[in-house]
Amino acid sequence: MIEVRGLTKEFGPTKAVEDLTFTVQPGMVTGFLGPNGAGKSTTMRMILGLDRPTAGTALIDGKRYHDLKQPLRTVGALLDAKWVHPNRSAKAHLQWMAASNGIPMSRVDEVLRLVGLTEVAGKKAGGFSLGMSQRLGLAATLLGDPKVLLFDEPVNGLDPEGIVWIRKFMQRLAAEGRTVLVSSHLLSEMALTAEHLVVIGRGRLIADTTVKQFVDRSSESTVRVRSPQLDALRSALTSQGLTVREDGTSELGGALIVLEATTDVVGQIAGGQGIVLHELAAQQGSLEDAFMKLTGDDVQYHAAGIDEVMGGAL
Amino acid sequence: MGVVNAERIKLTSTRSPWWCTVAIIALGLGLAAVIGLSAKASYNAFVDEVAKGDKPDFEPFLPTLADAVGGVSGFGVLILMILAALAVTSEYRFGIIRTTFQAVPKRDSVLITKAGLIGGFGALLTFLLTFGAYAIAKATAGSDAGAALKLSGSEAWRAIYGVPIYAFLCVVLAVAVGTLLRQSAGAIALLLLWPLLVENLFGLFGRFGENIKPFLPFMNANNFLGAPQGVDFHWGPWGSLAYFAAFVAVIFGLALFTVNRRDA
Repeated sequence: MIEVRGLTKEFGPTKAVEDLTFTVQPGMVTGFLGPNGAGKSTTMRMILGLDRPTAGTALIDGKRYHDLKQPLRTVGALLDAKWVHPNRSAKAHLQWMAASNGIPMSRVDEVLRLVGLTEVAGKKAGGFSLGMSQRLGLAATLLGDPKVLLFDEPVNGLDPEGIVWIRKFMQRLAAEGRTVLVSSHLLSEMALTAEHLVVIGRGRLIADTTVKQFVDRSSESTVRVRSPQLDALRSALTSQGLTVREDGTSELGGALIVLEATTDVVGQIAGGQGIVLHELAAQQGSLEDAFMKLTGDDVQYHAAGIDEVMGGAL
Repeated sequence: MGVVNAERIKLTSTRSPWWCTVAIIALGLGLAAVIGLSAKASYNAFVDEVAKGDKPDFEPFLPTLADAVGGVSGFGVLILMILAALAVTSEYRFGIIRTTFQAVPKRDSVLITKAGLIGGFGALLTFLLTFGAYAIAKATAGSDAGAALKLSGSEAWRAIYGVPIYAFLCVVLAVAVGTLLRQSAGAIALLLLWPLLVENLFGLFGRFGENIKPFLPFMNANNFLGAPQGVDFHWGPWGSLAYFAAFVAVIFGLALFTVNRRDA
């Protein structure tokens, strides 16, 4: 478990992280979401004792990182996969890390096998592709079989295959009962990977909730429903105070869009009236839109509006 | 113990420390051979002129032990300092320092281990090389030109055991400077220019410079090694060693203080 209490970091006059408080629970993947520059990496570095907080504390299983004995056995963290010596072999990189925390050398071969790097273990890490570097970074986090894992933007720049691989990897670690905190600026990615979300913008906490709640709450959710008994359905829904409009795009005909409703509610109403449904689907506004809506004011570096830039040239 | 093993693996798993070691050996022994050969040539020229009945206008060059180990204490230790500084700055360059501090949050122990390990290695290497340099200089100079090359007397012995002490302190200094500056070019430039150039520039400042010289750290180190360079010191060789050691300790302390305060 990671407990962050009132964590604050100031770089001169700028507050990178401001009075941040949240808890990361074991047994599930927690997404750490925010736009670029929101303070995600700084927060992670403070949790790991790399940066000194201006105020507040970050505890791992009740202890400051600095006070952990052989910390790699408790916390595995991958902040940047390129943090390796380009002329050192992957194996030697893991060997020095293992040695520093009294981890047996046999474990090095084990984690190399886990991430599928056994074949290139003796090769210089500088020649690795981003995907391979990422795997080496993962191997390093797993060396001490830690209960707590932190990943900073682990899928950035990876190909689809790599993204899926990493996603499954993290979910497996969480399923084993570990605490997993993954940062990302991509909500769509987090929606697929994480169960719980900690959302920050400009260093401040915006939301600490489950992924489902976050998406439901922050996106304009509509329900698309198709039925042979469209009229009966329409009156049933409107009588419950729901706003309904025809779905003009449907080729099959007979579809309704129910605004600000969930599939649960629509299904319940239809079922109560014995109305047959052919389709019942939640239609969420783009997750990115939702994210923008919530963090809109908290994006550190606003891009100028496209219209403004193009000056009507479009 | 874990930290020592980790740092040992780091040092031996990239090529540059090996190349530095090869360079130290080559320069240390090579320079001894050059000194021996030039001593022999100079002595032979002197004898030839005497044999011809002339009165030579030069004295033959009879190197002492301190001269013979000059390649080790001069060039060798400079390269050793580069090796030590790189052991820290390359970690900053590639971001490994953060992984290091993640693995070992007690940052003091990382720096102390690095300094101790490289310093110990450097001391052992230079200690062995001084004997090698002595043997090579003696062999190349021959018995006549090498007459002053003797392993006897406290001056001579200090040239032998003084070099490893000096090498160790220089490594500690280099680790500290590397930590403070965090980048290779700056650290190496400072470490090379300071002893080779900056301290000698004080000679240009007239009386003021001359008064400062006995307080310059590397001037004192040279005094300990038996090359006072015409400077009028306020203390003997051992005083100079203590002065140089205190200087190194202050810089290293500063590095420890800084690395603990600073964000990695």
